Amino acid sequence: MANKGNRRAKIVGTDIELDITEKKDVVIESHDDDHGHDDHHPKETFITKYIFSIDHKMISKQYLITGLIMGIVGIAMSLLFRLQLAWPEESFGIFDVLLGKWATDGVMDPNVYLALVTIHGTIMVFFVLTAGLSGTFSNLLIPLQIGARDMASGFLNMISYWLFFISSALMIASLFVEAGPAAAGWTIYPPLSALPQAQPGSAAGMTLWLVSMAFFIASSLLAALNYIVTVLNLRTKGMTMTRLPLTVWAFLVTAIIGVVSFPVLLSAALLLIMDRSFGTSFFLSDIFIQGEVLHYQGGSPVLFEHLFWFLGHPEVYIVLLPALGIASEVIATNARKPIFGYRAMVGSILAIAFLSTIVWGHHMFVTGMNPFLGSVFTFTTLLIAIPSAVKAFNYITTIWKGNIQFNPAMLFAIGLVSTFITGGLTGIILGDSALDINLHDTYFVVAHFHLVMGISALYGLFAGVYHWYPRMFGRMMNKTLGYVHFWITAISAYGVFFPMHFIGMAGLPRRYYTNTNFPYFDDVANINVIITLFALLAGAAQIIFLYNFINSMYYGKKAEQNPWKSNTLEWTAPIKHIHGNWPGKIPHVFRWAYDYSKPGSKEDFVPQNVPLKKGEKELQH
Amino acid sequence: MTILLVLTSLILISIAVWQLTKILELSKPADYDDSEIASDKDNDMQGKLMFLFLIFIYALTIFSFYQWGDVMLPESASVHGENYDNLLWFSFAVIFFVQTITQALLHYFAFKYRGNKKRKALFFADSTFLEGVWTIIPTIALAGLILYGLFTWVDIMTIEENDDALVVELYAQQFNWKARYAGEDGVLGDANVRFLQDFDGKNLVGIDPTDRNGDDDIVVQELHLPVNREVVFRIRSQDVLHSAYMPHFRAQMNAVPGMINQFAFIPNVTTQEMRLRPEIVEKVRKINKIRFDKSEDLVASGDFPLDPYEFDFLLLCNKICGASHYNMQMKIIVETEEEFNRWLDDQPTFKEFVQ
Repeated sequence: MANKGNRRAKIVGTDIELDITEKKDVVIESHDDDHGHDDHHPKETFITKYIFSIDHKMISKQYLITGLIMGIVGIAMSLLFRLQLAWPEESFGIFDVLLGKWATDGVMDPNVYLALVTIHGTIMVFFVLTAGLSGTFSNLLIPLQIGARDMASGFLNMISYWLFFISSALMIASLFVEAGPAAAGWTIYPPLSALPQAQPGSAAGMTLWLVSMAFFIASSLLAALNYIVTVLNLRTKGMTMTRLPLTVWAFLVTAIIGVVSFPVLLSAALLLIMDRSFGTSFFLSDIFIQGEVLHYQGGSPVLFEHLFWFLGHPEVYIVLLPALGIASEVIATNARKPIFGYRAMVGSILAIAFLSTIVWGHHMFVTGMNPFLGSVFTFTTLLIAIPSAVKAFNYITTIWKGNIQFNPAMLFAIGLVSTFITGGLTGIILGDSALDINLHDTYFVVAHFHLVMGISALYGLFAGVYHWYPRMFGRMMNKTLGYVHFWITAISAYGVFFPMHFIGMAGLPRRYYTNTNFPYFDDVANINVIITLFALLAGAAQIIFLYNFINSMYYGKKAEQNPWKSNTLEWTAPIKHIHGNWPGKIPHVFRWAYDYSKPGSKEDFVPQNVPLKKGEKELQH
Repeated sequence: MTILLVLTSLILISIAVWQLTKILELSKPADYDDSEIASDKDNDMQGKLMFLFLIFIYALTIFSFYQWGDVMLPESASVHGENYDNLLWFSFAVIFFVQTITQALLHYFAFKYRGNKKRKALFFADSTFLEGVWTIIPTIALAGLILYGLFTWVDIMTIEENDDALVVELYAQQFNWKARYAGEDGVLGDANVRFLQDFDGKNLVGIDPTDRNGDDDIVVQELHLPVNREVVFRIRSQDVLHSAYMPHFRAQMNAVPGMINQFAFIPNVTTQEMRLRPEIVEKVRKINKIRFDKSEDLVASGDFPLDPYEFDFLLLCNKICGASHYNMQMKIIVETEEEFNRWLDDQPTFKEFVQ
């Protein structure tokens, strides 16, 4: 057993060495020997294949399935609190079943409402859209699309998944502690999150939240370093940076943003742990609570807000950029057209990444931060609209005069562009410090960020799953169910979040347990009912997806090697999953990834590993 | 009961959709193309649906404005509120224009260029001109918005020294607001949470008893403001973050323990005047109708009916602060200078209150 393990490690080691030693022909010959016959591989046990796997394809599936399970929890929570918002303080049997002692006679307790909102946000942002989306597709696509046999370090990759798993388990465990899970909002601003006296969720629930996030951050840092090293060092021959598919560009830049900003959240979490447990005063000062003056002196909650949003805002782009990368790939493939303005797309990704790290203050215009600083952040924030606009227009131009194949992935990619525009535009309102005064923390904000990062990124996740399902599972998903899934989701997503702008404009604050406790907002109660009905419909549509996802794994039609007639390298690898991705030589790359419908070629696509014909110009790069 | 019905019908609808797709699957004709890759027929169908979806987006927009346009932005009642509203509507006009055009292009192209076997896409990879156009135009538009926005922001946030201004402290705690007026001397006494327990808890906002400036301070639970006079708020919190949000005055500032934040505005409409405005009359009528209908149900089930609603300005808490966050508000009454002074004279000073 030990021997086999050693041998296996050695093979992986050799592969990497081969990839970085400029691939002399002689060396590649030996590759054939290594990977030509399956029986050369050590036999994998169940544990090494499915649990502690170091194969990037298996790890990507682990990320996806963990992410989907967390997604079910997160979305189910949102449906619960939407029921409460539409029919405040009514008794529901489902509350009784799911919330138990926290819903006496089936009526939701205000503390539980806050807990649900908090954990919904945390799970969706970090566990579903960061790990589930970026983790899944970075792992699957980076090695396959750049022509590498695996990640730079398969072992680190395995560790990063299992840290994510521990973090997920802790977050779920926190739902079961006596006083309930964290309930201070997903932004966990102290002092509310620091003092158990302030709300029950700030006791053991908050501790578990912080520990879970510490694991999560460690996981995403290890993963990000691995992605960066892999993209920079393990590209196959001919895969220059300007020939990288936009997906890989997006994953690379996402990883860089993560490395820059996640450590700051870790420091915020650690300081908060110190304040909570060791009596320090980083974020606390002059507090009187429950009839007692606390000893904290000299700290500032605003400091925490700075540290939190230094990650929190780039996090939006950590969520969104992979989705946009996936959309670029899916739109180009299905429009049968080159992505329009490749260089501008890369430039926009870089510009967005750079700007994303200097705009965090727009979450803090009315926190007491110096108004002059507010002006600076308004300026940088609105600048982000420029690269975003370039991206949106480039997508639109890509489908112009295309030959659009409406596979389910394409529908979700177009849906993504639509919600990205709708949600992005209201960002121009909120990024303006003056206008933020009256809209800050209202439902207008909720509507804005759900459309621009929540729904858009979820669409990116769905587009990715529909598009690469054949690559991951060797079978096709049912397209009819995919169509039904998309249309119900698309209509209900707008049905939920479009009306929400109106109640936000009316001045309705977010995170209110009920909006009818005093009469002023009685006239928006009917809007809340409509929103909830659409939310329930959207939730039901996801059941179709889950059914399709699981059913197709076993009964789906067997996939051909390149079902979407795509150019990128992952479709040149055989369907059968082998460690090392390609049985023989790693394909070399001779062109960019977007030679669709190129004049002079017979087919409407030319994969990247096809050499240029005589006299053919590489038009783009 | 209605909820149960709604839920049941939702579940039934989803089951129906599921079953329908099953039936469709089973009733395929023999020559049916069962590939899971979009066929020409799929492309045609989905392309047309894309166009319908564009109509859906427009219809939803128009419906929402028609149906809920009236709740959108409450009537402004402060001097800078008017500038705020102008900036807001100007920005909205810009984004609506862009939204209408880009959604049309996106969905129309998706519809127009739906694929089929005969068609070949145009190989069009790059155009410096086009990219220049949609880099420069947004840049110009945003430059305009940024400048306009920043002028408004600086205008709102600059608090100039003004001896006539009324200084009011807003004091937040889980889960209520208090207000403190500076009294005759116009100076708020020093305060800190350490003094809260003095005088058997009668020191409601923690005024330092050794600071003579605090003696004539007046602590109240209902905020009264004189019309057309600048009010400078000093905002404090004793426990967690809160946010003083006064939507009618286009005003918001967080209350942060350990810090004193500031915000200033000039209210320019009294509560009485506001109640007579047609928009407010209409709003009150609408709300009272809702409450009346609800009351009928309540009375039928043996409960007390709801009180009728009368318009008042509100100060809401707008930063999550715990279980009763949703119920932390204070009434604001804007009145004439004389009415205000009369009211203020009736309130006990700190010194009178604690004795």
